[in-house]
Amino acid sequence: MAQHRVAPPPKREGLRAPVGRRKFLGYLVAAPTLVVAAELTRQEIFGGPSATAAPITSAPQPPEAYDLLDLLRDASRPTANLIRVEVNRDGTVSFALPRSDNGQGIITSTQMIIAEEMGLDVDQVQVTLADARPELLFNQITGGSSTTFTTYTPIRVAAALAQMRLLDAAAQILNQDVRTLTARKGLITDTLGNALPIGDLTEPASSAVDQAVDVVLKPREDFTIIGKPQTKTDARDIVTGRKSFVNDLKIPDALPTVICRAPDLNGTPDDVENLKQVRAMPGITDVEVVSTGVAVRAQTFGQAIDGVRALQVSWNDGTVHGESDETILAKLKAAELPLVVPAGAVETVEGSFTFYFKSNSSLEPNSAIADVRSDSATIWGPMKNPVTAQAAIAKKLGLPQNAVTVHVVQGGGSFGRKLFFDAALEAAEVSQAMGKPVKLMWTRADDSRQGRVHGMCTSRVRATVTKDSVLSFEQRHTSVSTDFTHGLGDAITAAGAKAPGGNLTFAESIFELTQANPYNFGVSTRMLNEVDMRFNTSSMRNVYSPDVTTAREVVTDQLANKMGRDAYEFRREFARSDRIRGVLDAVAKQGRWGRSMKNGTAQGLGIHHEYKGVTAALVEIDCRPETVNRKIREGVTGPRVTKVTFAIDAGLVINPKGIEAQMMGGINDAIALILTSSLHLTDGHFVEASWDNYFYTRQWNTPPELNIIIVEPDDQADEPGGAGEAAVAATCGAIANAYAKAVGKVPTYFPINHLDPFPFEPKPLVPPIPESPVDGLRYTYGG
Amino acid sequence: MPTRTLHLNGEKVTVEAEDDVRLLWVIRDLLGVTGPKYGCGINVCKACTSHINGQAFNPCSVPVSDIKESDEITTIEGLADGDKLHPMQQAWIDMDVAQCGFCQPGQIMAAVAKVEQCRKEGRDVDDAAIEEIRNICRCGTYNRIREAIKAGAEEM
Repeated sequence: MAQHRVAPPPKREGLRAPVGRRKFLGYLVAAPTLVVAAELTRQEIFGGPSATAAPITSAPQPPEAYDLLDLLRDASRPTANLIRVEVNRDGTVSFALPRSDNGQGIITSTQMIIAEEMGLDVDQVQVTLADARPELLFNQITGGSSTTFTTYTPIRVAAALAQMRLLDAAAQILNQDVRTLTARKGLITDTLGNALPIGDLTEPASSAVDQAVDVVLKPREDFTIIGKPQTKTDARDIVTGRKSFVNDLKIPDALPTVICRAPDLNGTPDDVENLKQVRAMPGITDVEVVSTGVAVRAQTFGQAIDGVRALQVSWNDGTVHGESDETILAKLKAAELPLVVPAGAVETVEGSFTFYFKSNSSLEPNSAIADVRSDSATIWGPMKNPVTAQAAIAKKLGLPQNAVTVHVVQGGGSFGRKLFFDAALEAAEVSQAMGKPVKLMWTRADDSRQGRVHGMCTSRVRATVTKDSVLSFEQRHTSVSTDFTHGLGDAITAAGAKAPGGNLTFAESIFELTQANPYNFGVSTRMLNEVDMRFNTSSMRNVYSPDVTTAREVVTDQLANKMGRDAYEFRREFARSDRIRGVLDAVAKQGRWGRSMKNGTAQGLGIHHEYKGVTAALVEIDCRPETVNRKIREGVTGPRVTKVTFAIDAGLVINPKGIEAQMMGGINDAIALILTSSLHLTDGHFVEASWDNYFYTRQWNTPPELNIIIVEPDDQADEPGGAGEAAVAATCGAIANAYAKAVGKVPTYFPINHLDPFPFEPKPLVPPIPESPVDGLRYTYGG
Repeated sequence: MPTRTLHLNGEKVTVEAEDDVRLLWVIRDLLGVTGPKYGCGINVCKACTSHINGQAFNPCSVPVSDIKESDEITTIEGLADGDKLHPMQQAWIDMDVAQCGFCQPGQIMAAVAKVEQCRKEGRDVDDAAIEEIRNICRCGTYNRIREAIKAGAEEM
């Protein structure tokens, strides 16, 4: 970025400072049992770049000193004191996490953090997801891989205070010095063997008044739970089918509801010819025209779908009527910001890449339950941003915000999709129109065609080089505008003064706060330009980084080639920090970088730095015809990633199993992004309407060999970085490089199969939902 | 509306449903058994995978009128023997497979049937066999699914 946007040099404390016994402020809350709260008061923990080895050191970049995680933490500071831990009479401890769990395991890791501080077993801690709490303001967003980073210390402070009060109360009852007491598994024991369960202590430990108390946290060397592998605490519920998602909830009279949608993206209903007939169909209770289509409510989803299929609707044009991949790409190209260093003046290496539209559909489609009455509304849904949802729903319904209750339900995957609440807003509108509760679900075709997407974008790179140095590295990223109106837009206003370059647009700020070039490539600039083209977009897992990193890593390989250097040695030398070299060395060694590979197969490397962590991937790919052309019915095969060695240094690790799971997911995402999955825009709509059209990674695409390494930082980190999105970018870069090497040609667009003929027959646009087959019994298998 | 008798998870249940309603909706919306999930409704994602007479199938693509009274339908809820988990369920916990868990009921039911199919056909439960499983996991926990299937097969 331009030099004037660089943040002040970071303080050299935190990682390198003694951290064991810093004091924090906790609050006792007046209540009949022990209730404690904590606020977030911390200093900058992570230091800046430590690299000095590379030839031409680039200036510090904003994300190295102050990144998106810092922004999210600073935005949440004023309200974080509302995080409360309660000790129950039955000896359990409860905490309502103001975040949304969609499978990332934050309920489990939060249980671990509280159990650690209070000497409990993990299953003695009950963590639920908090309802929308508008008083939390900006402190109720789940995004940017920020949950553990933003909540780790306040939760510990609250838990430590609770523990302190319980010990004090026990000391009084037992008439012992508090320093001689020990706490384990919910029992507080003295040296004589007397034991008191914490459930009995919660009343004596309670406070009659609110008061502030100094709290000291457990030193890291005493940890027995944090850092140890922990299986997800809801694993048994999941494998027995007991875990409930929103559509599994039994809310009285909330009948299945589906919307008939336009053939165009965001088309709206004009007129319906056969409302009466459809209302009379079997099982159907209501049919109403709403802003996004025609809503059908029925006894079963199957009958609601039948109703949708029978509707005859005339439609108004959508927001991208007549547009296609080609016309959008032309607009992006026209909006590309210029590269500053002229080509031809010195030796240059250039790259220009296109990344097509991608879907962030989760397997659970957009769904919500709404029960709207004349003076109030209750909403259930898997929302990562419930406060914003509550405000938007209240506005839509014409109700005051406090008349809308929003219950956050665990979600079936998010990948950024659930930052928004499209189904909840729609369910509220439909429930109001029908005067009845509804359980609204987007069908798969809706979710794929009309749901939010990762916008198409281009990335241009130009680097200037001498024989042994990189003088400059410019990257210009141009994207269909990314929708950040889910409420973070307000958070950045709150934190605006602290964000570098206060008057940047929000998307530019996110870009600025997340994108750092991990190499010392001389004068290094990255710029984003976004063009609003009225698509439904949202931050897809890892937002800009998979594309930006792919472009950068591919060009990095070309720079290495140009200088006649090995891709690993080159990265090692130019890397901006020892942490990066740490993960790079780990994958090179364990993945056997440079081993002899057969023709048509190759290795590739990629690295990335984000979310207070660093990552490296070493990928092996097989592009031989017998692999590429292997046949799977209605599936996409193509080049096979046969082996991935991946390393992450994420700072303090709460749950290694959880980190490994997030890395595995990100790696499988990267395979899809680079090789197989994209949406095609044709004549104003997206073609893909099925998981057999949109080719997310399947068993036959996943690497048979996968090795995930968690690298412990040299200095003991006392803060966790972000994990949810951390694997995608480096793996994307590595796959692209391996592919380029295996086929001897650098791709210019991703995924690499985007321009191939469709291996499927596109589903019709009218009716908008394909009929369920009736031949399911022909495809059985078993013993 | 016709009244139907079904054998679901070892119990005899009656339900009123039109002939063409797919079994998935009868199970979920009318009987309130929600282990099998909707992920596509067209027999692609396999999130609703259950068993009919011990064979894996997808109730999203079977009209309820195709189900005979003698057919034994088993969803994930009926896989365990009371509190004793099926070895495949236990393997899923041991390998900490699930992330969001939405696809996992279908994955487990598919895995059990795939192992039984391999046994019947005298094949190993190897990567090639596992790659015949079409169930989508959008969280991408495929590698743990593989480990769990192999471990579960050992105990079946």
